[in-house]
Amino acid sequence: MPRVLDPYEAMSLAEAIAMCRDLVEDPDFPTVARWRDSGGKVVGHFQVYFPEEIVHAAGLLPFKVRGAPLEARQGESHFGSYLCSILKTSLEIALTNRLALDMFVSHPICDSARNLAAVWGRNFDYPCEILYLPQNANSAHAATYLRGEYARLSREVEAIAGHPITADELRASLGVFNENRRLLRELYEIKRETPWLLAVDEAYSLVAVGGMVPREEHNQLLRWALPRIRERSAIPQDRMRLVFAGGFCEQPPLDLLRTIAQFSYVVDDDLLIGLRWITEDIPVGGDPLADLAEAYLERSSYSPVQHDLRKPKEQMLLAQIKGANAGAAIITAAKMCEPGLDEVVAYTKALDDEGIPYFVSEFEERMTNFDSLQIQLETFIENLLFA
Amino acid sequence: MSPTTQMVQDAPDRDVPASELGASVVGRGNKDGNRLFREWYEELTSAPERNEHSAYVFVMGSLAEILRSFDIHTIFPEINGLQTAVRHVADDYIAQAEDYGFSADVCGYVKADIGMQLRAGDHPMGKIPPPSLAVYTNACNTYVKWAEIWERMYHVPIFTLDIPGTRAAGRLTWSGNVDFENDRRYVAGQIGELIELCEQVTGKRFDIDKLRETMRYTNTMSEKWKRLIELNQSVPAVYNAVTDGTVFLGMVNGFRGRPEGAAYFTDLVKEMEYKAANHIGTPFEEKYRLVFVGVPCYPIFRRFSEMFTEWGGSFAGSSYLWFASGGANLGFQYDLDRPLESLAEGLLVTVRDAMDSMFYSNQNLVDMIEPYGIDGVVYHPIKSCRTVSTGLADNRRAVMEATDVATLFMESDHMDKRVVSEAQLKNRIDAFFEGLATRKVRRSSASKNESEA
Repeated sequence: MPRVLDPYEAMSLAEAIAMCRDLVEDPDFPTVARWRDSGGKVVGHFQVYFPEEIVHAAGLLPFKVRGAPLEARQGESHFGSYLCSILKTSLEIALTNRLALDMFVSHPICDSARNLAAVWGRNFDYPCEILYLPQNANSAHAATYLRGEYARLSREVEAIAGHPITADELRASLGVFNENRRLLRELYEIKRETPWLLAVDEAYSLVAVGGMVPREEHNQLLRWALPRIRERSAIPQDRMRLVFAGGFCEQPPLDLLRTIAQFSYVVDDDLLIGLRWITEDIPVGGDPLADLAEAYLERSSYSPVQHDLRKPKEQMLLAQIKGANAGAAIITAAKMCEPGLDEVVAYTKALDDEGIPYFVSEFEERMTNFDSLQIQLETFIENLLFA
Repeated sequence: MSPTTQMVQDAPDRDVPASELGASVVGRGNKDGNRLFREWYEELTSAPERNEHSAYVFVMGSLAEILRSFDIHTIFPEINGLQTAVRHVADDYIAQAEDYGFSADVCGYVKADIGMQLRAGDHPMGKIPPPSLAVYTNACNTYVKWAEIWERMYHVPIFTLDIPGTRAAGRLTWSGNVDFENDRRYVAGQIGELIELCEQVTGKRFDIDKLRETMRYTNTMSEKWKRLIELNQSVPAVYNAVTDGTVFLGMVNGFRGRPEGAAYFTDLVKEMEYKAANHIGTPFEEKYRLVFVGVPCYPIFRRFSEMFTEWGGSFAGSSYLWFASGGANLGFQYDLDRPLESLAEGLLVTVRDAMDSMFYSNQNLVDMIEPYGIDGVVYHPIKSCRTVSTGLADNRRAVMEATDVATLFMESDHMDKRVVSEAQLKNRIDAFFEGLATRKVRRSSASKNESEA
């Protein structure tokens, strides 16, 4: 397996995080290019959750397609006006050959995402499809259906790889991703318990890079970084502890997260929740596809794009705030994101009922001016601190 | 006897061949449709007085067959929404929802409904009862978010009937295929769960014969709907697929699984067959034959249509008649000897088709051009609906690559007047028809030159 990250072992932690940040903001995705240069194949999967283990088990690189901070000059011409940015920039990076794929998969997370698979398919010769994750998570038949859908996906991936995926290979991949999610949980534990050691934008960079490198390499990076984060000598400050909601699909620019980090500690969030969707280790001894399907439904987080009667979103948010001992929330939605905008109403009503202060904002991945947001946020936090 | 029951019985010409019908049948489809529609709203308004249950459902996979078998009324918030727009009161409802907290960028149908719920069901067509339950498919993701709002408002059961769609363009699977069977078993299992829920809500036992009866009526409606769409290959078009089509859509959804619906569409097809046989078109002279893609502009519905008819533009087809009928355009026939299995298969196939008509419709549009004699394709993506609109610009590029048909792309909304600029629409439409006129002249000159040579 080729190494795609630059050597960071001799770097300081800050330098390594800066390397991750540069990779996350680079619309040319150099780690993917390195993978391809060594003969590897790539399956791009659109937000939010994707069973990357299946692609990994085939020896391919699962790449999380999450847009990019760039002008969608070609992408714009394939869409209408009233749509979120991530659709356009995701297509842009493919149309401009910044991202070469062997397969693209989207999901029924929203109507734009389903349409994206059709648009992609009309513009590229490689397979482009929708993975129909179940939207009736409460049906007794959902897990069996999903196991079948994963089997279908496996056959598609095998065709790209040119060889079958064995159950043992899948189990090995489950192990790799279990470790990855354990390490990410540890990272989030640091954010919750000692947020002064890791700012939200730093944590984000460390997490996001996982979507563009082989997961074993991400595991190595996290194993290297976590002890160094704990050894940091930062001193706790009197800052508001916040939960950030609204980053489940389109991603806020890193500068927006940095702006928030100037005034507060983000102790929990839903940024790139798909990488952390499974909340417990998946058993590795049984039928791996069935175990993967069961985990999606039964050992998983929440987001505005998964309907599950057992997980009312506003109640999940309140529990998240309580669990992180946060005093307030930043409730955001990407511009033109219908599920996100719908959820803002439910979140804010629930927070009102509980008397939890919140700050509401919309964002776009391509926004560059944060002055107004900074002033509003500063005022919000000052009002809370001096109330 | 209710007027609707009377209509089912009074149909002296239902068995008469179209060629023997008189001119008096022309126009009865719209007249009967409007009357039945009003009566339907009266029926819904008075349902609580009779202690009858109502379900909030949607046009793409209403599950009317199951719900009607439990005597549960079906209420369509999408239809309620468009009625507020065509009656020019949507702004008030939308504003109320926005005051409540909903963004200007959320679907106008959702906001019109929220406004109506906040007014305890007050609606221009009657008083809409609160739901006993909500049943919806995933054909549109907003259905799911919308139902979550009702769950919070009314604390009633909400049921997602998840119907996996086509995975990639043209990759349809059918009975016997391993992936189709996986999908079918999932849908069938959920139907069983829905039946249990209906039993709990109504306190009634499931009656398979009653289900069979509703499915029989749907079979007639689907068969006639398919025929109706085919009949507009006639020149001139026998109905306007956008304006008349909206009336027909109201009927095919509101009366799905009912004897009145079966009778209405039987009569309507007779009328259209008569018109086709006698070359009777819409009230306007047809110069250009068009197909409409998207959702109409309801806030200025009449004017929107006039902008085309004034130029002799006639909508012979509309993708709206495919997806907003829930895929009834396939004419799928349930096998009444195995109703539950067939219902699962039918739902899967038809709702999948409705989704395909939004996501992958470019080839279907290309395939329409010759048999329907299409001169132009009019794309009307709307701000409110990402389901219908997201892929239309790219769809247009694909259609233009495949054919030399003229296309028009114009954005507005189906509910929100703030996004509708009549002057801009008119400019685009006028320019489109000027282009069509030029094409016609060029083609005529070219064919003249060819014949002289």
